[in-house]
Amino acid sequence: MPDIFFSHSIDQFNILFNNAKKKSFFDSKVNEIKNIAWDYFLSTGLPLHRRGNEEWKYTNLNPLSETKFTIDADIDIDFSSITKLIPFSDNWHNIVFINGNYFSKLSENSTKTNDINIVPLSSSKLPDEFATLANPDLSPFTALNTAFFSEGIIIEIPDNNKVSKDLNIVFLTSQSSENLATFPRVFLKCGENSNLNFIESYINLSSGNNLTLPVVEIVQSKNSKINHYRIQLENKKSFNIGTTRIEQKENSNFNSTTFSTAALIGRNDLHVLLQEPHSTCGLYGLYITSGDQQQDNEISTTHVKHDCTSKQFYKGILSGRSKAVFSGKILVEKDAQKTDADQKDLNLLLSRDCEVDTKPSLEIYADDVICAHGATAGNVDMNTLFYLQTRGLDLETAKEILIRGFADEILDRFSPKDLHCFLSDYIDDIIPELRDQSDTIGTF
Amino acid sequence: MLEAFDKLGIPLHEREKLAGVAVDAVFDSVSVATTFADKLAELGIIFCSFTEAVQNHPDLVRKYLGSVVPYTDNFYSCLNSAVFSDGSFTYIPPGVKCPMELMTYFRINTEGSGQFERTLIIADKNSYVSYLEGCTAPMRKSSQLHAAVVELVALDDSEIKYSTIQNWFPGTKDGQGGVYNFVTKRGRADRSAKISWTQVETGSAITWKYPSVILKGDNSVGEFFSVALANNHQQADTGTKMIHIGKNTKSTIVSKGISAGKGNNTYRGSVQIMPKAENATNHTQCDSLLIGDKCGAHTVPYIEVRNPTARLEHEASTSKVSDDQLFYLMSRGLSEEEAHHMIITGWSRDVIKELPFEFAVEASQLLKVSLEGAVG
Repeated sequence: MPDIFFSHSIDQFNILFNNAKKKSFFDSKVNEIKNIAWDYFLSTGLPLHRRGNEEWKYTNLNPLSETKFTIDADIDIDFSSITKLIPFSDNWHNIVFINGNYFSKLSENSTKTNDINIVPLSSSKLPDEFATLANPDLSPFTALNTAFFSEGIIIEIPDNNKVSKDLNIVFLTSQSSENLATFPRVFLKCGENSNLNFIESYINLSSGNNLTLPVVEIVQSKNSKINHYRIQLENKKSFNIGTTRIEQKENSNFNSTTFSTAALIGRNDLHVLLQEPHSTCGLYGLYITSGDQQQDNEISTTHVKHDCTSKQFYKGILSGRSKAVFSGKILVEKDAQKTDADQKDLNLLLSRDCEVDTKPSLEIYADDVICAHGATAGNVDMNTLFYLQTRGLDLETAKEILIRGFADEILDRFSPKDLHCFLSDYIDDIIPELRDQSDTIGTF
Repeated sequence: MLEAFDKLGIPLHEREKLAGVAVDAVFDSVSVATTFADKLAELGIIFCSFTEAVQNHPDLVRKYLGSVVPYTDNFYSCLNSAVFSDGSFTYIPPGVKCPMELMTYFRINTEGSGQFERTLIIADKNSYVSYLEGCTAPMRKSSQLHAAVVELVALDDSEIKYSTIQNWFPGTKDGQGGVYNFVTKRGRADRSAKISWTQVETGSAITWKYPSVILKGDNSVGEFFSVALANNHQQADTGTKMIHIGKNTKSTIVSKGISAGKGNNTYRGSVQIMPKAENATNHTQCDSLLIGDKCGAHTVPYIEVRNPTARLEHEASTSKVSDDQLFYLMSRGLSEEEAHHMIITGWSRDVIKELPFEFAVEASQLLKVSLEGAVG
C-alpha cells in the first residue's frame, strides 16, 4: 500500500490499467517490465505536496489527482493548418504523434536512411538499454509511463554519422481531447562520433485538461554530440510531467535547452549522468508562468569521473498567481576530480502573488573541483525602466522590451532557425499578457 | 567544579580582571558561577542562571520563554523543553547599552550524559548586548548529547550580537565518541532591531544547528556569519533560516565550510520572503574548502520568494587550497602546515573579524589545532 502520509489515492489509475492491459500487444518481456512498473506505482501512489516530502515540497498535485483520465481519444485534426501550429520545417525529419498515436501521414516516409534509424516503438525490438536509464521504479511517474506506454519512438544513430537533418518529434493533443492521458516514450542511442540536433515538443490544441507523462532516455556513446531542445506548450488546464534521463560516455557533449510554459502543472525532471571522463553538458531552460500555473524544474547532474564540465542555467518569468520551482543539484562523486560545474537560476517576478522556490544545491565528495552556484529573484529594475521612458518609449513598450530581453538570453540558444522563429513568435504573442498581469512594475 | 574550568584554561576570575567580561558558567546543565552580576545590576541588566531568573523574574520568563522556539518546533527542542534544568538568562532594560561582553561557558562532564540547557536573551527597546558562548567537553569514549535551545528576543530598535565558539569533543580519529550537538537557536527581531549570529564550529561529532532570525518588524536586520570545520569523522550540518515578514528587512549570510579527513560539511539554509515583506533584501555567500579527497562539502540553500519587490542574491563556491598559493608561501619559508593555516585563516577572515577581538584570536588558534594532522 502507498504511504498514506505522502500519497494520493490511486483508484482511478487502477481501472485505466486494466483497460490498457486488455489492449496491450507487447511481448511477454515488455509486459513483464510493465507489471514491475505497475506494482511499483501501487506501492507509491502519486506524491503528495507536503513538508517532509522533499521532492514534492513545493508542487501541489491535487488538481491532477482529482481528475479522472481516459486513454482513448479520437483524432480530429485539421491537416491543412497543422504545420503552422507546431514547430515544423521541411528541412527536418518530422515525426508527429497525435493523442499518443504515431501518425504516419505527417511523419517522414522513409526514416530509415544511412545516417539515422527511426522506428515506432510498437514495431521494433526494444534495445537492451531500454528502461534502464529511466527505471520503472525511478519515480511514480516513470512507473506510470512504463505501465501505460503503448507507442513511442526508438532512434538509433550508427557510429561515425553526423546526421545532417534535424530530428523533430511532436507530441500533439488534438482539439476535442478531454481528460486524455498520453504516455509518450522516446529512446535515443547515439553511436560513437555521431552528431544530432533533436527537437522534442509537446503541443496541446485542446482546451480540456489532459495529462502528458513523457519519458525520454538518451544514451550517448564516445565522442558523440547531441543538441536537445524540449518545448512544452500545453494549455492552461493540462498537466505535463516529463522525465528525461541521459547517460554520457567518454568525451561526449550534451546540450539541452528547454522552454516550458502554459501547463497548469508542468514538471521537467532532467538528469544527466556524466559517466566517463572528459564529457561536457550544458542544461539551459526558460520557464514562463502566469495565472494559476505551476512549473517545477528538477535539474540534476552527476559527475562520476574526472575532467567533466557541466553547466545549469535556468531563467524564469512569473506573473499572476503562478508558482515556479527550480531544484538544481550537482553531485560530484569521489573519483570526479577536476570537475568544473556551474549552476544558476535567475527569476523575474512580475506580480504580487507569484512565488518562486529555488534550491540550487551542491553535493561534493572530491577535493580538486571548481563548483559555483547562484540564484537571484527580483522584479524589473526601475532605473532601467525609467531610462527607457526618458528615451521616448511608453511604459508598456519599455516593460515589454525588458521582459523580452530577459527571455532572449535563453531563447537565443534555440539554434535551429525555424524553431527559433516559432518560439520567438510565440513569446511575442504572450508578452502583452504577461505585461498586463505585471501589477508591480512601473509603479513609482 | 571551578577547578575544572581553571584546568581548561578558563579561569573565571582572572578573565574577569583582564578583559572585563561577565561570565556565567554552566556545568552539566547547572549554572555554577556568575561573575559581575552586581555591577550589571546597577544598570538594571539581569544576567543570571535560569533557576535564579525563574525565582526572581518570573514575569519575564513567563512572557518570553517558548515565544520564539515553541516546544512543538522539532524533536530536540521538544526534548529540551521537557527536561531542561538550567541555563542562562539575560535581560537588558530599555535604552541600556551593555558595557561589557556577556559570556557563558558550557561544559559537559559526565560520560554518556546529555546536556539540555536553555538560554533566553531579551533586549528591550533601544538596547544593545553582545553575548558570547563557549562550549567544551572532555574526551570520553561514549557519546554525549547536547540539545540546547537558545531564544533571542530583540524588541524595537535593539541589537543582539550572539557569538559562539563551539569546541565540544569531536570524537577520536576513528570516529569514536564525541558530542552530538543538536541545537535550536532562533531570534525574533522587532521593528528596526538587529540580530547577528557569529559562530565558529570546530567540535562535535555531529552538529545540527541552524541559528535563525525571524525578521518580524519593519526595517529589521538579520546576520549570520559562520565558519564550520569538519575533520576526521565529523559531520557538520549547519546554516541558517532568515524569515522575512516585515517591510524593508535585510539579511546577510556568510558561511564558510572547511572539510578535511573524512569529514562532511553541509550548509543548509533557508531564506523565505513572505508576501508582505516589501523590499526585502538578502545576500548569501557560502564557500567551501576541501582538504583531502575523502571529505565532502555540500550546499543546500532553499530560497522561497513570495514578494516580487524582494532582491535576493545567492553565491557559493567550492574549491581546494590552491597549489600555487601553497607553493608560494612555502617558497617564502613556511612549512606546509603553516602555509595551510595562513590560507585558511585568511579565507575565513570575513567571519572571524565579526567576533569580539580576543575571541577572534582564540578562534583562529582553534582552527589551527583542529586541523592538525589533516595536511600532508
